[in-house]
Amino acid sequence: MKAFTQLNGLVCPLDRANVDTDAIIPKQFLKSIKRSGFGPNLFDEWRYLDHGEPGQDCSQRPRNPDFVLNFPRYQGAQVLLARENFGCGSSREHAPWALEDYGFRVVIAPSFADIFFNNCYKNGLLPIVLAAEAVDQLFRECEAQDGYTLTVDLAQQTVTTPGGTSFAFDITEHRKHCLLNGLDEIGLTLAHAEEIRRYEEVRRQQQPWLFA
Amino acid sequence: MAYTLYDKLWNSHVIREEADGTVLLYIDRHLVHEVTSPQAFEGLKLAGRQPWRISSIVATADHNTPTTDWDKAEGTAAIDDPISRQQVETLDANIREVGALAYFPFKNINQGIVHVVGPEQGATLPGMTVVCGDSHTSTHGAFACLAHGIGTSEVEHVLATQTLVAKKSKSMLVSVEGDLGAGVTAKDVALAIIGKIGTAGGTGYAIEFAGSAIRSLSMEGRMTLCNMAIEAGARAGMVAVDEKTIEYVKGRPFAPKAEVWDAAVAYWNTLHSDEGAQFDTVVELPAAEIVPQVTWGTSPEMVIGVDGRVPDPALEADPVKKGSIERALNYMGLQANTPITEIAVDKVFIGSCTNSRIEDLRAAAAVIQGRQKSPSVKQVLVVPGSGNVKAQAEQEGLHHLFLAAGFEWREPGCSMCLAMNADRLEPGERCASTSNRNFEGRQGQGGRTHLVSPAMAAAAAISGHFVDIRQF
Repeated sequence: MKAFTQLNGLVCPLDRANVDTDAIIPKQFLKSIKRSGFGPNLFDEWRYLDHGEPGQDCSQRPRNPDFVLNFPRYQGAQVLLARENFGCGSSREHAPWALEDYGFRVVIAPSFADIFFNNCYKNGLLPIVLAAEAVDQLFRECEAQDGYTLTVDLAQQTVTTPGGTSFAFDITEHRKHCLLNGLDEIGLTLAHAEEIRRYEEVRRQQQPWLFA
Repeated sequence: MAYTLYDKLWNSHVIREEADGTVLLYIDRHLVHEVTSPQAFEGLKLAGRQPWRISSIVATADHNTPTTDWDKAEGTAAIDDPISRQQVETLDANIREVGALAYFPFKNINQGIVHVVGPEQGATLPGMTVVCGDSHTSTHGAFACLAHGIGTSEVEHVLATQTLVAKKSKSMLVSVEGDLGAGVTAKDVALAIIGKIGTAGGTGYAIEFAGSAIRSLSMEGRMTLCNMAIEAGARAGMVAVDEKTIEYVKGRPFAPKAEVWDAAVAYWNTLHSDEGAQFDTVVELPAAEIVPQVTWGTSPEMVIGVDGRVPDPALEADPVKKGSIERALNYMGLQANTPITEIAVDKVFIGSCTNSRIEDLRAAAAVIQGRQKSPSVKQVLVVPGSGNVKAQAEQEGLHHLFLAAGFEWREPGCSMCLAMNADRLEPGERCASTSNRNFEGRQGQGGRTHLVSPAMAAAAAISGHFVDIRQF
């Protein structure tokens, strides 16, 4: 996994609540057996005016000029600013894959759906929960100022605006450690293989029907 | 100390706990389907790792599989879409290589929607942790399991380690006391709860559904309810074990037998919240207040009783909510204040992991009573949840009732719930659907979905518009 330490990135504001993972990456793109290449189809139904299918050359497709991701001022954005319950619905990890493949490294929202939130960490994508008032302020500032960037420091657990306002965010020690160091979580877990085996053996004796 | 059901399930699966509360949680059952597993199997192989315990794996193909013309070619050659076919064949190859407790490939009699197949086979047993790369894994909580959806990285993690790195959620009790009215089903209870607490109301929680109305539900009904816990934002929903749970499990292919059965039942009977157990949040919804529900918008929380009207955004004070309502009405092609029963439908879908079990098909068939689908309705799909559900329905003659009414009787699969196969809505088409998500584009780009119970869907098919099943 890609490590995440610090970032100063352009911010794109997506002013909608309850953005679901079907919207982030529509179902037809889930037929892929690969982990990469989903970026061009991120928000496909909102971003393009035609119907998208896997394997298309997206550079030739008609873009929806009213969709914020297509605004010239937000090209190259690495921070997605969103509203509450971002990433709800389907558990498809293709959603964080698409966001990461597009170039986003951070998503900031007042709240996230649990499965999406968890999936982000597995892919070097940092989801940050800030208070609704803080998110409101970031939306206002971002829309008012061209080239608006935010500085995200994972070690310090802060998001800092160009004006110098700093917001602290929470993250578990385990997730922070994995993300800062780009660690392979399976490798970390397998370091406890003996403990897992011991647990399993006890369980097998107590509840043999689970191991039939 | 008094424990909740969630406490009991959690505590019995913790292998180790870190200082920050992160635990290593043991996984008993791993359900696998073709869409969210290929990258996990590939990752496992690339890292040179072996699966930890293949007897935990139950796999089937469901999302991509077609629901028509299975006989037109051998095996997967009957799947027209080459990318879908490749995904199904990739699952075949991965399971062949890795192994599994059970694999039900395309066209197998036991094949079907993974959340229908698990319980049907007795592969879902009370007290288990059950995971699957699918958010509707919450369904299995109906059996007092700790069951939730995971992403593909976690699918790989479970394959390699039989564990998940997890943190305990908060606990929520949703209590529904009293008798459900005639025509009010588990689907209506689920939608009414989501309408009350919102699609993010359960975020960060594991929900236990309790109360006399929940206990009165069949296992099929409890599965419908737990299935939609995720639509309330909760990864896991659950119901305590009672005699219905045990009766349902008994005799199924992977259920314990003989003296092991008795030991299992003794343990399963402890799977309920203790008297006086504390929940972080308690929500009460009197059963008598629940009427048949219809969603009007593009989120499951945008729901109202069938006797209601499409809401008016002008009456909403919160600007974010007002904007959401306006956007939803625009997408759905609806006018504010329209009575729900005046909304006409183009298509009807009866199926999905929410409502494709035998009880659901019986409820839909019972509505027909010799009538025909409305000429204004273009298509009515009835898609059973598994090969076994299909066979059972045919044994009961339900398919004759559907076909005589002009409904289509299809092969099992996820079908038009998420429209990954050929079953989908065209832009602008309006559908009464027994599935679980009314998101923009969910059933096909530009499609308009209204979530309802199976009986309400069948009644809409016959009438051409939504009707109050209580007066039908």
